[in-house]
Amino acid sequence: MGDKVIIKIADNIISPLGFGSDCNFKAVLAGNSMLCRHEDSFGLPEPFCGSLLDRDEISDLAKKELIDADRYTFFEKLCILSAKSAIEECGIPAGEKDVIFVLSTTKGNVECLSDDVSDPRCYLASSAGKVAEYFGNKNTPIVVSNACISGVCAQIAAIRELLGGKYGYAVVTGCDILSKFIISGFQSFKALSPVMCRPYDKTRIGLNLGEAAGTIVLKAADSSDEDDWQYVSSSIHNDANHISGPSRTGEGSYRVLSDILKEIDSDDIGFVNAHGTATAYNDEMESIAIHRAGLDDVCVNGLKGYYGHTLGAAGVIETILSMKAVDNGVVLATKGFESTGTSYRLNISNQVRDTDKTAFIKILSGFGGSNAGIAYRKGGKK
Amino acid sequence: MKILSDISITPGSVVLKGEKISTADISGLYREFIGDYPKFFKMDSLCKLGFIGAELLLKGMDAQDKENAAIVMFNRNGSLVTDRNYQKTITEDNYFPSPALFVYTLSNIVTGEIAIRNRIYGESSFYVLENKDADMMDDMVENTFLTSSPTFILTGWVDYNNEQDYEAELKIVTK
Repeated sequence: MGDKVIIKIADNIISPLGFGSDCNFKAVLAGNSMLCRHEDSFGLPEPFCGSLLDRDEISDLAKKELIDADRYTFFEKLCILSAKSAIEECGIPAGEKDVIFVLSTTKGNVECLSDDVSDPRCYLASSAGKVAEYFGNKNTPIVVSNACISGVCAQIAAIRELLGGKYGYAVVTGCDILSKFIISGFQSFKALSPVMCRPYDKTRIGLNLGEAAGTIVLKAADSSDEDDWQYVSSSIHNDANHISGPSRTGEGSYRVLSDILKEIDSDDIGFVNAHGTATAYNDEMESIAIHRAGLDDVCVNGLKGYYGHTLGAAGVIETILSMKAVDNGVVLATKGFESTGTSYRLNISNQVRDTDKTAFIKILSGFGGSNAGIAYRKGGKK
Repeated sequence: MKILSDISITPGSVVLKGEKISTADISGLYREFIGDYPKFFKMDSLCKLGFIGAELLLKGMDAQDKENAAIVMFNRNGSLVTDRNYQKTITEDNYFPSPALFVYTLSNIVTGEIAIRNRIYGESSFYVLENKDADMMDDMVENTFLTSSPTFILTGWVDYNNEQDYEAELKIVTK
């Protein structure tokens, strides 16, 4: 295992901002967002502010792109469309036995419960199985269901499988769609902002939810080129504090950052792409963790102002956008941020900034006291 | 990978390190072996099951070793039992969603409950698989050591369907 490097060979994002990673990156760079107020959606008694996919548009696309599109739910269509685009980009033989599929999702097809609480489509592994099967892949897929940190954990699970030597390629897809189930739950927590979210800002009052799918294809390679995105380090830690509230000391997130900083010099890091949900507690906790890790001067950004919190997709799409940002020599702006509203002043801006650095850290935190982080570097260097 | 201890809990049977120690149901097991953690009663059934398995396995373990341990769990049903219960609280004529129930519609909460009780600050991971595939789970646990260095991993299958159909098969492993 020792000599293998893990590199990213393809990616895709499907979101309300567009189809494809490049078009999503351009939209975010331009400051676009599809977050808006929705009344009477999903049969909810209260309105909410969210970023929703156009279901008809996705269905039409699926009809055009997928064989037997009718066999799949909306959630599965999204996963397959995203995976298919990334697989076609890199041309890997996805049906072969050295390819493993990893799905990151919190709730998969949970909307199907509204018709029948025993609907078999609600088993997360059934969706993952359909995605792998679509590409003719016979390996049992892995579903990572680790609440809001799933998208980073799925990359870590894939990297471990590749380092383990059994597989040469991993197709990591993150996806969640919204439903009465999910939105009512976040509403009951009083976690949602009725207006566009404001990560790390003094006036932040909660998060927005969003829908997206993203795919990263990883490869176990013998070496990497200077244009390759290479995995550097990762970590997962629990706060051991509370199942639905982040730690007041940022313990788990701090430990994640500390682990990662053992493998990468903070001077090489262009930015920390943080979770930044814009809830009072999450952003405060992250400011403490980032401060404790000694990263006060490193640029920090959060992308929820463009997409909302896309749950199982967040870690995947935010990793892809961070790679695109470094490719283009920029640190993406934190949309919605105006003035510091956390105990520690982070190096955040609502403007796009330049960077010539070639690495970044992506962190996430979520229910269950979970925290995860991953660092990637561009270039063949260690 | 070395197995330090293991436990299997199914309806009417608890086998710890090869020895049958109880025939109680989940609540009975709490009364018989734990009894001092009122938060237990707030948990959903999946969490209760995993929690009891962890309690019995981790009894007597050193606090410092536990701090840097990892929890890696698997199942088939995810949190579907609680998902169904929550779904019944958001119908049109009966709408009263509660955060105390909603939080348990995430299957990884069981790893969080165990981490809180035992002050485990290491990794907590939850995976859903189509079937209880022991080889696949062992591979994934072994691969966990490739990117992290936990003192030990509390790992295994924890799946709850109903009172007659549940199973926790957990073990403590080191590299």
